[in-house]
Amino acid sequence: MSDIILETRDLTKHYGGVHALEGADFILKQGEHVAIMGDNGAGKSTFVRQITGVEQRTRGEVIFDGKPVNFAGPLDAREAGIEAVFQTLALADHLDVPDNLFLGREKTKFNWLGPFRFLDYKAMRQDTIDALQKTGVKIPNINNTIERMSGGQRQCVAIARTASFRSKLTIMDEPTAALGVQETAQVENIVRTLKEQGEPLILISHNMRQVFDLVDRIIVFRRGRIVANLNKEETDGQDVVAYITGAKTGAEYEGAA
Amino acid sequence: MAEASHGVGGLTYDKSKRSWPNELNIFIALIIIIVIFEILGQVLPYMNGQSFLFDTQDRFNSIFNEARLRIIILQVAIIGIISLGVTQVIISGGIDLSSGPLVGAAAMIVMSFAQTELVNGNPNPKAVFGDWAFDLPVIIPVIVGLCFGAFIGAINGSLIAFTRIPPFIATLGMFLICRGIAQWWTKGQPVSFPTESFAWLGSGMMPVVWFILLAVLCHIALRYTVYGKHTYAIGSNEDAARMSGINVKRHKVLVYMIASMLAAFAAIILSSKNLTAQTGMGQFYELFAIAMAVIGGVSLTGGRGSIIGTVLGAMVFGAIQSGFTYIKLDAFYQLMAMGTIIISAVVLDQWRQQRAASAA
Repeated sequence: MSDIILETRDLTKHYGGVHALEGADFILKQGEHVAIMGDNGAGKSTFVRQITGVEQRTRGEVIFDGKPVNFAGPLDAREAGIEAVFQTLALADHLDVPDNLFLGREKTKFNWLGPFRFLDYKAMRQDTIDALQKTGVKIPNINNTIERMSGGQRQCVAIARTASFRSKLTIMDEPTAALGVQETAQVENIVRTLKEQGEPLILISHNMRQVFDLVDRIIVFRRGRIVANLNKEETDGQDVVAYITGAKTGAEYEGAA
Repeated sequence: MAEASHGVGGLTYDKSKRSWPNELNIFIALIIIIVIFEILGQVLPYMNGQSFLFDTQDRFNSIFNEARLRIIILQVAIIGIISLGVTQVIISGGIDLSSGPLVGAAAMIVMSFAQTELVNGNPNPKAVFGDWAFDLPVIIPVIVGLCFGAFIGAINGSLIAFTRIPPFIATLGMFLICRGIAQWWTKGQPVSFPTESFAWLGSGMMPVVWFILLAVLCHIALRYTVYGKHTYAIGSNEDAARMSGINVKRHKVLVYMIASMLAAFAAIILSSKNLTAQTGMGQFYELFAIAMAVIGGVSLTGGRGSIIGTVLGAMVFGAIQSGFTYIKLDAFYQLMAMGTIIISAVVLDQWRQQRAASAA
């Protein structure tokens, strides 16, 4: 197997006459963390939606884990091993933290009972505490239901859930957009945990400091096209801003936008 | 379990802020209702100082009025069995209106397989089938009844899961179909004279025994098994449940099957208790069962509620019914008051939830 986990070729999405995404060629290697930056409407979220099957692309190819894929919906993508944290959270409000973390893959006892096999609450609770402690997430009471938690706490649970799934690829679309300083730090800790585990990540973010802290490579989108592919070591904040605003365009993308 | 806080990341958790379990509220409501009837019994001039709950006649050596207690429990037991299933359906975000008519249809069918050949030495005047169906072992009518329930439940569940019609409509259709089946089965004739072993199933306090047994089983299933966790998850956020890899459609079918089998079992117990089955049996049972669940704190929007709550809700229901009779309130006032109480229960619950949400 190659060490390329995700590749897109000529990925294109038109909404009627609007060319939201045009000919995106993108490669993500095993264990690599890549940030996608760009102005509003530059095509970042559109790009992600084509990969996760939320929308159907107009043209192009998506190759995931060595095979061309055609996801009919986000569930297909998740089954193939792509975990996406969207801004709309997929948590069950009336359940507590361990229940949500283990939803659909509960630890059980007496498995011969089929659908009535017993839940191993003790093990799930312990694993939850371990997983959250490792990432520094602060939640006063993990037995509280999600509906009683703050937006930041919910986001942390959703991301911790994603991180503990051991997926082949994680995609986060502005995971800290609505969070306070402390909560942002916790989410960033989870991202670092993913890096240590060698799990590849696509992170959409507007936060320059965060991007330079967390990722290896920065992809810049402008007006539906990729205009730069920058290694973190070879660039700085001003440089990236120049690409985002259109003052500069990457050499290999000349004439693109 | 460690006595330390359940928090992570160095945050401690103030145990005094722990939320008050909803079941406790219902239990308190139950006690308040009993106290109100007790006071009414002393205050109302025509009651002659009778006690609602306590033994005042000195005929028996007991503290409580056991006969009344027994009646309260006995009259809610059969609808209570239905409400155990309805609770699970509502928690999963659905509703089941077909349970009452299902009781009627199941009772008719079950009773036809439970008939005895000779009544006081004469041939059974209500015989439905030929000779082969007389004096069958008790297990046969029970299995037939449960299979019928499972079948109806599977149709309900499949309609809701696969054609995506609202549960209200699917089970409303089944409501009429089951009433029709009940009348078609014997062209409206009652079915009577069961075997002795079948009659034992619902005799004396047996309905209460079944109710408690099934309540314990359902409580365990909802609280401690994957089945229960997924039921709550689907009612709480169906998309999240699906995204987590839960087979939502199959699970819904299972929930409706279990609910209908419980209703069918209630039909077995009811027909056994009454020693007869009639087409009109189970009238309003679906609504009373839903009312018990709702009084017990089961949220009609799904995801919230418990079997303990529903059992307490059933007790409240029984206490109110029995109390109205005790203060000699006419039946039509009883219905009106019952309706008022159900509405207030939901309003109170919503108010409580809103307060809890704004406090978080």
